[in-house]
Amino acid sequence: MLLEVEGLSVNYGQIEAIRDISFSVEEGTVATLIGANGAGKTTTLKTISGLLKARTGKITFDGVDVTDMPPYDRVKVGLCQSPEGRGIFPGMSVRENLEMGAYVRTDRKTAAYQEDFDRVMTLFPRLQERIGQVAGTMSGGEQQMLAIGRALMARPRLLLLDEPSMGLAPKLISQIFSIITEINEQGTTVLLVEQNAAQALKRADTAHVLDSGEITRSGTGDELAGDDSVKAAYLGGSV
Amino acid sequence: MQFFFDHFFELTITGLALGSIYALVALGYTMVYGVLQLINFAHSEVFMYGTFAVIWVFTAFGAGGHTSTGGIIGLLIVSVFAAMLVSGGIALLIERVAYRPLLKRNSPKLVALISAIGASFALSETMGLRDRITGFVGLDKPLADYVNGARDNSSLPVEITPKAVFKIGDYSVTTIDLLVIITALVMMVFLDRFVRRSRAGRGMRAVAQNPEAAALMGVNAVRVRQITFLLGGMMAGVAATLYMIRIGTTRFDAGFILGVKAFTAAVMGGIGNLRGALLGGLVLGVAENWGSAIIGTQWKDVVAFILLVVILLFRPTGLLGESLGRARA
Ligand SMILES: Nc1ncnc2c1ncn2[C@@H]1O[C@H](COP(=O)(O)OP(=O)(O)OP(=O)(O)O)[C@@H](O)[C@H]1O
Ligand SMILES: [Mg+2]
Repeated sequence: MLLEVEGLSVNYGQIEAIRDISFSVEEGTVATLIGANGAGKTTTLKTISGLLKARTGKITFDGVDVTDMPPYDRVKVGLCQSPEGRGIFPGMSVRENLEMGAYVRTDRKTAAYQEDFDRVMTLFPRLQERIGQVAGTMSGGEQQMLAIGRALMARPRLLLLDEPSMGLAPKLISQIFSIITEINEQGTTVLLVEQNAAQALKRADTAHVLDSGEITRSGTGDELAGDDSVKAAYLGGSV
Repeated sequence: MQFFFDHFFELTITGLALGSIYALVALGYTMVYGVLQLINFAHSEVFMYGTFAVIWVFTAFGAGGHTSTGGIIGLLIVSVFAAMLVSGGIALLIERVAYRPLLKRNSPKLVALISAIGASFALSETMGLRDRITGFVGLDKPLADYVNGARDNSSLPVEITPKAVFKIGDYSVTTIDLLVIITALVMMVFLDRFVRRSRAGRGMRAVAQNPEAAALMGVNAVRVRQITFLLGGMMAGVAATLYMIRIGTTRFDAGFILGVKAFTAAVMGGIGNLRGALLGGLVLGVAENWGSAIIGTQWKDVVAFILLVVILLFRPTGLLGESLGRARA
């Protein structure tokens, strides 16, 4: 297992946001967490990337206990998150944003770095066209591409994506999901948090339903997509 | 008014020199604001400690009376490094003691502000009571040259006399004017490049623009904060050296008024904006000189603040607006 989360609980002050969550992500797969607003999806991702402290529980990445590791060291071991709401650096150019993604890398002058840069350019031709543009002036969809591209520049082993489809037009949503599949096929393990359960379940190898801070269902993407209660609650009755 | 026209060039050049010193101190305010959205009210003390570092270097090496030009230049070079070291160290101390424990607990900004004001008093009074402190540990006799008259003005033991270099209008620009203005500009260029080009500088801008995303990209926020305070402190150390060359006298509370002016310059130029700090400092220095020539020296400080109010009325975000975040600085 690349990522193992065991008995994780996180509080905001007295409020318990997630409670005793356990799941794991196998190397090379796409895993997804789906759930309603306020279910605790973002909280879970932020705890995995180290922005939030776990109250109890353990996070293991590639066999290493990272529960108490500061966020900047987690990036070094191969965890990189594209945050909810994009979170690009608005005053930097597209190129500078991508370079920030590679902040912890020491191989910036090498072919491996160039290769990653080219890969992002191929995945997102739009970014290539706008490489010098100030990121804050780009459209929402372009910013989302930039946020994913930036995370890829860290050459993560596990890419954490928090609602990459948020606020995008339907056409762009399916495009983003195809790109996520493509990223995964190129060898990056993906943990995807989504409101758009239909698309997420279609792409995911494993899926977990988060409800009020607890995991209530787990299974393969297809299993959950076919489940009646999941259909009723998250898929609006039709896939 | 006649006086103003008769002395126009002198007022302008010396105003630029004064403004350069404001600008260098303003950088410290503006950088910390850019990264933390906090005003470091203890930055005035960072400057003040730098001025004493200069005096102490001159006292330690210069009491024998190195009054030759070469000797003084040598002492000034040692002084500027000593002042950068001391001011940078004090700035790091402030970050460690007054800010970090609060930031770690996510305390409200107002709390950090008060903590900084407390640090400012503590630092200033430590300097003003240094004779008592050294007396307490029995070191006041051997350190007499450094601690006597702790609450009085301290002056450089050697007088630095400016030399005329060339004339603009009917004012002879001096070596000191040139030294101050050129040094400040060089430091500015250096800092601007550092923030734009270096890895640490990119980390600073990332934290300024989006601290959470910066953390996700692997930026160590504490390290960035330390670098920010250190750089601001070093700039204040350079400012302190230039100030001592021009003014020659300091006191435990000398940071206060200069700090207020530098802060004004930072706000005037656009707080958070490095180039704004330079512009704000120069505008403020020149305006003060012109204003006091036109309506009287006693109105000098009033002119500064009226100018600030007028500028903010028309440009609420300052002359150059953007913050360290948004600026391509
Ligand atoms: N900073 C905070 N302080 C207090 N409570 C918080 C904070 N952030 C989140 N919460 C609460 O924790 C719970 C889980 O929030 P979280 O952001 O993880 O939900 P989510 O599943 O990502 O929702 P969404 O789909 O709307 O993004 C919510 O009830 C939320 O109100
Ligand atoms: Mg969320």
